[in-house]
Amino acid sequence: MKYLPISDADRAEMLATIGVSSVDQLFAAIPPSVRQDPKLPPPLSEIEIRRLFGDLEKKNANAQKTAFFLGAGLYHHYTSAIADQMLYRSEWLTSYTPYQPEVSQGTLQSIFEFQTHICLLTGLDVANASLYEGASALVEGLLMAERLSRGRTRAVLSQAIHPEYRETVRTYFANLALDVVEVPVGPDGATDQRALATAVDEKTFAVAVQSPNFYGIVEDWGAVSTAAHAKGALGIAVVAEAVSLALLVPPGEKGLDIACGEAQSLGVPMQDGGPVLGFLACRTAHERQIPGRLVGQTRDAEGRRAFCLTLSTREQHIRREKATSNICTNQGLMALAANIHMSLLGKRGLREVAQQSHAKAEYLKGRISALPGYRLPYQGPTFNEFLVEGPRSAVPMIRDLAGRGILAGIPLSRFGAGPANRFLVAVTEMNTREEMDRLVSALSETGRER
Amino acid sequence: MNPDDLHYTRSHEWVRINGQIGTIGITEHAQKELGEIVYLELPEVGHVYNAEEEFGTVESVKAVSEIYTPVSGEVIEVNKGAVGQPGIVNDDPFGDGWLIKLKLSSDEEVGKLMSAEQYAEYVQSEEKAK
Repeated sequence: MKYLPISDADRAEMLATIGVSSVDQLFAAIPPSVRQDPKLPPPLSEIEIRRLFGDLEKKNANAQKTAFFLGAGLYHHYTSAIADQMLYRSEWLTSYTPYQPEVSQGTLQSIFEFQTHICLLTGLDVANASLYEGASALVEGLLMAERLSRGRTRAVLSQAIHPEYRETVRTYFANLALDVVEVPVGPDGATDQRALATAVDEKTFAVAVQSPNFYGIVEDWGAVSTAAHAKGALGIAVVAEAVSLALLVPPGEKGLDIACGEAQSLGVPMQDGGPVLGFLACRTAHERQIPGRLVGQTRDAEGRRAFCLTLSTREQHIRREKATSNICTNQGLMALAANIHMSLLGKRGLREVAQQSHAKAEYLKGRISALPGYRLPYQGPTFNEFLVEGPRSAVPMIRDLAGRGILAGIPLSRFGAGPANRFLVAVTEMNTREEMDRLVSALSETGRER
Repeated sequence: MNPDDLHYTRSHEWVRINGQIGTIGITEHAQKELGEIVYLELPEVGHVYNAEEEFGTVESVKAVSEIYTPVSGEVIEVNKGAVGQPGIVNDDPFGDGWLIKLKLSSDEEVGKLMSAEQYAEYVQSEEKAK
């Protein structure tokens, strides 16, 4: 981004042009009672600024400096230097969503490849060019199911969908004539399938379940699609840890109609919580209701392979208020990062990432559950994240461990999603055995200290 | 070119009345303006509409257009052939390219619609206004 300086003469000229004597006069309409003095410190030199922010940065713990076991929707996977190198090429970096699309063949090709990766991973036919993040991807998935149902009003959601995703759904639905029914988890930590089947009725347009769910448990997607289809509703798969798709049976093969969620773990660094990367995929029969951009492959006038935006007539710039959604862009740069990452890893590489994450998580899970004072409240199968119940409140315990360079997990209480002594532990290919053993020792010690 | 036995709307639909049954489609002018039609979204049999209510959409390569019922009634048939091959609407908008059939709920509404002659004048005035 350019820095545009302004001189006193420039400022005076602009003020004279609009007939105002001072900059302060521009703010005259704001009553003094609501103005606040920001009390900014005096200006600093560049060297001083760097020192100031360097010192601030030292106060942060991060995944490079710690043994890192945080997940709950964002995951610490490796992203290659090659991906960075490609991403920062100015042709990629400076191009935003393709508004004059067909001249940007490279951008369109990358989006097409991203969509193809998502289709392969989810087992569905059509994926859009990406959305902002997992929570709004779920909302868009639900809304497209609602449109397809022509008049149904109820969404059935598993309570083991990420709490922030469910909150986003409630926010969107608050002013629509739609209601949400939430189904609790059973004793194994998976969504209670009997309660789910009971909650689905003739008014239900969609049934959404996350897998691995918020507690890390792998859900039975086949049962979800059966429950949904029994009443003519659509089944929606929600995925917050997309690496799991490289190892588990794709939701499309289990009969689900829509898959949505967060693809951050496919090549987007955690970068302080965002930007991340939403995805949404569906079956061909429903493609006219998928929101957002879609890139298709075609032939140009000379018969050469070319890429174009397709089904644009669904979109807001053409269809105005009748558009499928007010989403008329995509998370271009992050989708590009994911495409580069997945293309570099390939099918085998991605599967290996998933296998390592799973195997390491199994090792850690076994060791923690063997510690006195610790147990796993849920016994269902997990992928790379699991819920631990400790001997004391998780918040102070995790803070203690952070002091020793270990970020042990995320307390459920942060989301109001469970007892104070329960916390989520996530493991990826980035965690070494030494880190995991260090976590186990630290948990063991802090468990005895109570 | 607009058949004399049909009744026309300002939103470029037509209805052919046959006893209690009204067959509805879009006009030659409408299909020409839309261009190559690639998708039709039509209601299910049994749906009841009031006159001038939106009952579906016609999607072409360049636009999506809502379509409105000229008269009130219940949908008794949907043209599956046109849904499968929307190009029929381009080729034969007044014939094989019909969209739905309604069981009419009122005899009086037809009188408010335009004749072929009136519609032709209306299209001409609309063209001039462009």
